[in-house]
Amino acid sequence: MVIGLEIHAQLATKTKIFSAASTAFGAEPNTQACAIDLGLPGVLPVLNREAVHMATKFGLAIDAEVAHKSVFARKNYFYPDLPKGYQISQFELPIVGIGEIEIDLENGVTKMIGVTRAHLEEDAGKSLHEDYHGMSGIDLNRAGTPLLEIVSEPDIRSAAEAIAYAKKIHSLVQYLEICDGNMQEGSFRMDVNISLRPRGQEEYGTRAEIKNLNSFRFMEKAIAYEFDRQMYILEDGGKVVQETRLYDVDKGETRSMRSKEEANDYRYFPDPDLLPCVLDNEYIESVRKELPELPNEKKHRFITHLGLSAYDAGVLTGSRELATYFEAVAEAAGGENKLAANWVMGEFSAALNKDGVSLADSPVSAEMLGGMIRRISDNTISGKIAKQVFEAMWSGEGDADVVIEKGGLKQITDSGAIEAMIDEVIAANPAQAEQFRAGKEQLLGFFVGQVMKASKGQANPSQVNKILRDKLK
Amino acid sequence: MKNRTLSELSQLLRDREVSSVELAEYYLERIGRVGPELNSFISVTGEQALSQAAEADRLIAAGQAGPLTGLPIAHKDIFCTQGVRTSCGSKMLDNFIAPYDATVVEKMQQSGVVMLGKTNMDEYAMGSSNENSHYGPVSNPWNRETVPGGSSGGSAAAVAARLVPAATGTDTGGSIRQPAALCGITGLKPTYGRVSRWGMIAFASSLDQGGPMTQSAEDAAMMLNAMAGFDPKDSTSMEREVPDYTATLNESLEGVRIGLPKEYFSEGLDSGIGKVVEEAIEEYRKMGAEIVEIELPNSGLAVPTYYVLAPAECSSNLSRYDGVRYGYRCEDPKNLEDLYKRSRGEGFGAEVKRRIMIGAYVLSAGYYDAYYLKAQRLRRLISEDFHNAFEKVDVIMGPVTPTTAFRQGEKSDNPVTMYLSDIYTIAVNLAGLPGMSIPAGFSDGMPVGLQLIGNHFDESRLLNLAHRYQQTTDWHRQMPEGVE
Repeated sequence: MVIGLEIHAQLATKTKIFSAASTAFGAEPNTQACAIDLGLPGVLPVLNREAVHMATKFGLAIDAEVAHKSVFARKNYFYPDLPKGYQISQFELPIVGIGEIEIDLENGVTKMIGVTRAHLEEDAGKSLHEDYHGMSGIDLNRAGTPLLEIVSEPDIRSAAEAIAYAKKIHSLVQYLEICDGNMQEGSFRMDVNISLRPRGQEEYGTRAEIKNLNSFRFMEKAIAYEFDRQMYILEDGGKVVQETRLYDVDKGETRSMRSKEEANDYRYFPDPDLLPCVLDNEYIESVRKELPELPNEKKHRFITHLGLSAYDAGVLTGSRELATYFEAVAEAAGGENKLAANWVMGEFSAALNKDGVSLADSPVSAEMLGGMIRRISDNTISGKIAKQVFEAMWSGEGDADVVIEKGGLKQITDSGAIEAMIDEVIAANPAQAEQFRAGKEQLLGFFVGQVMKASKGQANPSQVNKILRDKLK
Repeated sequence: MKNRTLSELSQLLRDREVSSVELAEYYLERIGRVGPELNSFISVTGEQALSQAAEADRLIAAGQAGPLTGLPIAHKDIFCTQGVRTSCGSKMLDNFIAPYDATVVEKMQQSGVVMLGKTNMDEYAMGSSNENSHYGPVSNPWNRETVPGGSSGGSAAAVAARLVPAATGTDTGGSIRQPAALCGITGLKPTYGRVSRWGMIAFASSLDQGGPMTQSAEDAAMMLNAMAGFDPKDSTSMEREVPDYTATLNESLEGVRIGLPKEYFSEGLDSGIGKVVEEAIEEYRKMGAEIVEIELPNSGLAVPTYYVLAPAECSSNLSRYDGVRYGYRCEDPKNLEDLYKRSRGEGFGAEVKRRIMIGAYVLSAGYYDAYYLKAQRLRRLISEDFHNAFEKVDVIMGPVTPTTAFRQGEKSDNPVTMYLSDIYTIAVNLAGLPGMSIPAGFSDGMPVGLQLIGNHFDESRLLNLAHRYQQTTDWHRQMPEGVE
């Protein structure tokens, strides 16, 4: 199976790519479409500087050449939600040239996927087919929204790789703060080109393109369905038709939208209303200086400087938000990096999931979680009690110190108090003490359990261990 | 009164010899009486004009008037005018009321002019005779049976008949200069990028340029002062200072080098026109100019190059007229395809459809390289010809048209002969240069224009040369009969 992806990332500019209308999602139909977006007679496009800036950031982040000169072209076709009868896109000279992206597969395996190009273009509007008594409505709010179309090389060989690639781009554009990544609102959409070829064959088979997937899960299902469909055809001695297909979410299958014969001749030509987009080295270098630490750099730093495992570092750098949160926790925890990683990936992530809360809305701040971890490391509480403390923090009972103080959860580290408890436990269980002394060492666990129970879990477990051994000698 | 130029009327206004309202009323009366016969207006905006004039009179009384305040003009119906129908000469936009002003309209309004109405034109500025208008042909006031030229034929005829002292036009392949020549008025196509195209309905975006159509070079300078300048809404407009075009009108012509391209004086040029142009050149020689013969070797390629590029751009520019959002929509469309086909089939005229088809063809897969790309290369060659010429001379002169105004219907069946009437003007658009037509005499009673072509952004020099000529000749003061 050979797969190439085209990803449309909606750029997070305030205004549209060629007009001053707002790009905010969810407004009443046609309230965010100005004369330019409506394609009125006599209007002209003016390129949004911010969109160019964002595309430049992306190009630099994937080590691609950012073009000193890129050209906007018109892609001509008729459709009711395409107001001008052409889409302004980039054709022969895109703003971002060849680059590459490293993807993480299972078992720590990585693979480089080539990016052929990324170009700027405007989005079309939306056709609304419901509620118009057999007619269609047109909403042009989305018309003119800036998109960065990111085209991969046909380097992808499985659904898992396709998803790893798409997720990597999804994470990258959010790291760069050039796309909000909101898939429900259509800010990140994927087209998948799939073909099959027998093992050993050099040339690619005929491909089908599945358009407009807006979830990784649907993409996985669509690829699986398409693989089976093409396999059937080929095994039957048939030929795959080059065409555009749509994935039907309800039926879980792809179906034909239009074949190559029906495909438009887009009659691309340079848009005479726009000058070439010219970027000098000085500009490109100034953008490079603004780049944040990228996921791979961050992951590498987490491994080498913070001492995390490759797996933990990979999970924590999966989103910029999570990585930032983790770093704040680790700092507040006074350098207990591994412990911080365990808590962020474990209890904390589980709590977010369970309550369906986004990281931004978490009731436990990084400072609170780090403060709690500090209490574990300074032996104020045990790891077990910490879970209780975390739950209390999660339900809004204050930070760790408050919870510990109020609940009297402080670990007992006073050797005298622990000795007294141990003496009582030994006295209450003379038979077991006898057996232990006779060599049945596994009974130590029993005594530790009894002492912890007596201390309501607050005795310091390592002290309990040590003193018990001394007393039972 | 009617034969007064803008600058003369401006003086009268400032001297309180006449008020702006009186001027508006005077010209509106002429438009109502003489206009219908010429069919030079599509819309007359009397009420709005009178209120603008009253406001202008207030400004004049308050001593806040600029040189154009209170002067009546007309806009070619290709410029969007807020709240007023902007038809572009097409059935497609017969019902289109623009919700905004073109930058040219806005700037002129800020300068205080009073708009009397919108002038007739070839549909979407495609034509050289004004016979392609949905609103019917325009007559040339010098001979009603002949065409006024196009596409700004309504503006040219209206100024020639003094229905309005000046008007705006647009020029994609000669649409200001050719009708100016055929109607005996002064027309200036500025450098591409000098005047904003925002709100000027596009025909061929890389060639279109708006400019003044007036009775004199001095008036053209006054108009251009108001029209020109960078516009952040037009990416192709140039961020370049606008000089005061009236300040250099009287510069001496001593030592100015005038180039005569031998290709412009070869076969195909009417002998009457050749004679008028030669006499005009002689006039310049007397004023101290140096006459140099030059070559523009690729001149012959201009018309075919233009008729690939302009249709290519127009085929895309006119895609937005689909019957979906505004403009003409066919009755009872059966489905989407029917809506498109019939709205466009019924809304556009024959010449527009011809050019859309040519344009779609030259851009289509398999033909793009042979036509569009090749034409782009030829366009560069044509530009280089001019570039080389301007190393030897300061200005180029020649005829505007190969013949004087032809009869209505004479060329309408043969598009190619019609296209050839722009043979001397088209190259100027391809090279993005400023070009001007000024009245230089008559041939068989019909006006003949002299073309002046300048280097990029050298409008001041063209206006200076034109003005000096008009100081020693009175061709531009001639008026047709029957427009009393």
